[in-house]
Amino acid sequence: MADLTTHLGALTLKNPVLTASGTFGYGTEFADFIDLSRLGGIIVKGTTLEPREGNPYPRMAETAHGMLNCVGLQNKGVDYFCSHIYPQVREIATAVLVNVSGNSPENYAECARRIAALDNIPAIELNISCPNVRQGGMAFGVTPEGAASVVRAVRAVYPKTLIVKLSPNVTSIADIARAVEAEGADAVSLINTLMGMAIDAERRRPFLSIGTGGLSGPAVKPVALRMVWQVFEAIQIPVVGLGGIMNATDAVEFLLAGASAIEIGTANFIDPTVSVKVVDGINDYLARHGFASVSDIIGIAHQA
Amino acid sequence: MRKYILDLVLRRTSEPCPGYVLLQLTDPERPLPDMLPGQFVQVRIDGSPSTFLRRPVSINLVRRECNELWLLVHVVGAGTRALAGLREGAMVNVLLPLGNGFTLPRLSDDRLLLVGGGVGTAPLLYLGQEMLRMGVRPVFLLGARSASDLLQLDLFRQLGDVYLTTEDGSAGERGFVTQHSIWQTSQFFSAPASTSSHPFTRICTCGPKPMMMAVARLAREKGIPCEASLENLMACGLGACLCCVEDTTDGHLCVCTEGPVFSTDKLKW
Repeated sequence: MADLTTHLGALTLKNPVLTASGTFGYGTEFADFIDLSRLGGIIVKGTTLEPREGNPYPRMAETAHGMLNCVGLQNKGVDYFCSHIYPQVREIATAVLVNVSGNSPENYAECARRIAALDNIPAIELNISCPNVRQGGMAFGVTPEGAASVVRAVRAVYPKTLIVKLSPNVTSIADIARAVEAEGADAVSLINTLMGMAIDAERRRPFLSIGTGGLSGPAVKPVALRMVWQVFEAIQIPVVGLGGIMNATDAVEFLLAGASAIEIGTANFIDPTVSVKVVDGINDYLARHGFASVSDIIGIAHQA
Repeated sequence: MRKYILDLVLRRTSEPCPGYVLLQLTDPERPLPDMLPGQFVQVRIDGSPSTFLRRPVSINLVRRECNELWLLVHVVGAGTRALAGLREGAMVNVLLPLGNGFTLPRLSDDRLLLVGGGVGTAPLLYLGQEMLRMGVRPVFLLGARSASDLLQLDLFRQLGDVYLTTEDGSAGERGFVTQHSIWQTSQFFSAPASTSSHPFTRICTCGPKPMMMAVARLAREKGIPCEASLENLMACGLGACLCCVEDTTDGHLCVCTEGPVFSTDKLKW
């Protein structure tokens, strides 16, 4: 068994496989299918200071090798999370991270501050890249100044590991990553979904309720891999890679491109057991190629 | 209820009506898990890039005596075409059982009217079978475009009384299920005046949304509780993606976990 432990700032993960926010519920939804303690970590649903109803139905469209969604951060708010969800997820024997969203730097910071009080949540993932909300979300993630303003506000009140999730809907993701690093983020994760749309030819209208949505699934993997590669070269803090990872080979490609950990997203919908298969597959890959630890392969494709 | 991911084997495939396929699946290793009428399964479709996600399919029947799960599929797109093309002996990966299911009769004098339209009749067959097992004879009101679209009629007739409507009048009464004369029959829809009178205590419906909305309206007029099974587009089927939400009096609820069966009083119809 290779050493699969990996580090994001002060946070040590038992292996590099995380489940992506919004694709794995609170973990408990998948407990019948897999042993959750085998995961490196679980990033639970996007949480905001106030409850949100999200966007109207329909919120999903299947596309070639992927899907669009425009859920729009539906959640019951941070106080509900602290009082009702946290008592259930705190018992899960892996790192449970919360994805945090907001509509102003102060609003993000207040949400983060309340989660900082929860002992068994060692890190948050700051979502400055949701393409499906009108206010906030991606608006902050598409300029270095906007991204910096949110990270600055949250960093001031959040002492634990702070991961910032970046949007691919930008001209230079490396510039955003540098801005976030300069404000004291411990790691970045990328990519969030790519903005897209689907049109129903029969009805001659956009398919999704708000017109556009975020594209995920294997269709986006080459884009995600390229961005992880570029960001790895631009910053010193760890990178978490995600975007269309369907199996262990995909995951290994992200590690080789520079990711210290990876997230499984849309693949959870097709195979709820895929995350543990990826853990096993990474281990098999390391054994097959004679690596003692996963840290030996992070970013090594850059050395060629 | 505990959920499972299983590789089932396709024992038999048939076409009960043109454009529909019936898949009879079995687990060769062990008995199928417990499943309730109204619950559904998520079927994995392999191969084509345009059939990336699983397809939710309601449970048509569970035949314990031969360890079979029946799925009745309306062939409408690439995913359902792939299911229709499966050969006997093929492996089919499913997640089950998902969702909540219909409320089963609590007392033997519960009288349920099961109203189905199109492929929406599928889960009512299993509901009828389980009701009969509990000693409550089901009454079915089934609708279709024409006689050739009426699915599994022989099986429904084995379980209970069947009333029919077709849009072209080729079987049963002409029109929609909500236009059937049964709704005017005082024996079914008024307070019991004599022992021979058995008014319905609940209506369960599944079918096209406009049909279910019309059934819900009639049920409300007659003061009878009504449950409807929804089939919103979904990705995961497990309550994780939040794509399949329905607007309810409790806000946006996932059809896959809070449903697919809802009391129609809860729906913003």
